[in-house]
Amino acid sequence: MKIAIPMNEKTLNSSVSAHFGRAPYYLIYDTETKESVFIDNSASASRGGAGIKAAQVILDQQANALITPRLGDNAADVLEAANIEIYKSIEGSAEDNINALLDKKLARLSEIHPGLHDHKNR
Amino acid sequence: MTTKTDKMKIAILSGKGGTGKTLLSVNLAAVAQKASYIDCDIEEPNGHLFFKPENLTEEVVTVKIPQVNPALCNACRQCVEFCRFNALAFIMDRPIVFEEVCHSCGGCSLVCPQNAISEKDKGIGLIQKGQSEQVSVYTGILNIGEASGIPIIKRLLTMEQEEPSPLTIIDSPPGSACNVMESIEDADYCILVAEPTLFGAHNLSMVYDLVTLFKKPFGVVLNKCLEEENPAEKFCEEKEIKILYRIPFDQELGLLNSNAEIAVRKSEKYRALFASLLDIVIQEINHETNSHS
Repeated sequence: MKIAIPMNEKTLNSSVSAHFGRAPYYLIYDTETKESVFIDNSASASRGGAGIKAAQVILDQQANALITPRLGDNAADVLEAANIEIYKSIEGSAEDNINALLDKKLARLSEIHPGLHDHKNR
Repeated sequence: MTTKTDKMKIAILSGKGGTGKTLLSVNLAAVAQKASYIDCDIEEPNGHLFFKPENLTEEVVTVKIPQVNPALCNACRQCVEFCRFNALAFIMDRPIVFEEVCHSCGGCSLVCPQNAISEKDKGIGLIQKGQSEQVSVYTGILNIGEASGIPIIKRLLTMEQEEPSPLTIIDSPPGSACNVMESIEDADYCILVAEPTLFGAHNLSMVYDLVTLFKKPFGVVLNKCLEEENPAEKFCEEKEIKILYRIPFDQELGLLNSNAEIAVRKSEKYRALFASLLDIVIQEINHETNSHS
């Protein structure tokens, strides 16, 4: 499984970025090979639609799960359409979050914000 | 009372909301013999609350949105790469359109080598037209959640052109962003409304920069004037900006306005005030056009 995490710094022991779409980097962690790859977020400087493009970056990395503190509607739509699981990050480093996910201690983000996709019903 | 008007378009602007744009716009239109009032503040139009126009007609304003034919799409992603607004995502081997992010440029359908993208109409809001005594009232209403009301403003202004009045008053959106630029584009003259505060002066400087950039003739109306120091007035003096009028801070006027009454239709005193303001503006416009012709 590949896990994506928005990051401000390129180290496993730094914390998760508060911004999904505008985070400068994404950590892509492969749970099988235990490999960590940091990629640049080409969406971070977007004029608009950063969330959509950022979700596209995650999707193109073939990630299976995303850990993030929050997420906008559009990005959530892209990720959900691609069956990428979205988890809410906890305090601590990227590594702590990966371990928490593997221990099944992370909650799904959509369960925390049920109103997140209400615009679909408009 | 007012001098002859000859197809003049006046836009009323301010750097922030609540300075008195609508107060001024509504009363200037109502005091003129025959006028059009165009509410370009499409995110929160409120001029109609004053005019209470009758014989309303409605027109839906649409924009073009791409529509992908999956049978023709060869998954080349050129449309997704092209869109600078990221309104297209590539999911499960096909492009998905995010309508509310789309700016309707049509580029995706042009770059598609398969002709798999066509365009469909999407309503983003509507225009209401009605009559209030001698004033034709045009109201633009942007649907909640839509990114841009520019197409509605464009349509409002062209619609008025189809039945032009001798005097057109354009009630601009607050601020100095794209919506405002669109609303003043065809204006012959701009009136900047400012409050007597530091914040008011700051916001005035923003719209001052805008009308200067657009090379529009303009003047300032100072609203809610008190005896004390007026930073907006000071700004005008520093920049040598024409002050058209000083509307005093006036509870009676404020009360009429907050009850959605048109002051010039309720009181002879305010009819005289706004009539003389309109006279000054028209003289100023005539002066500007003569000195530039």
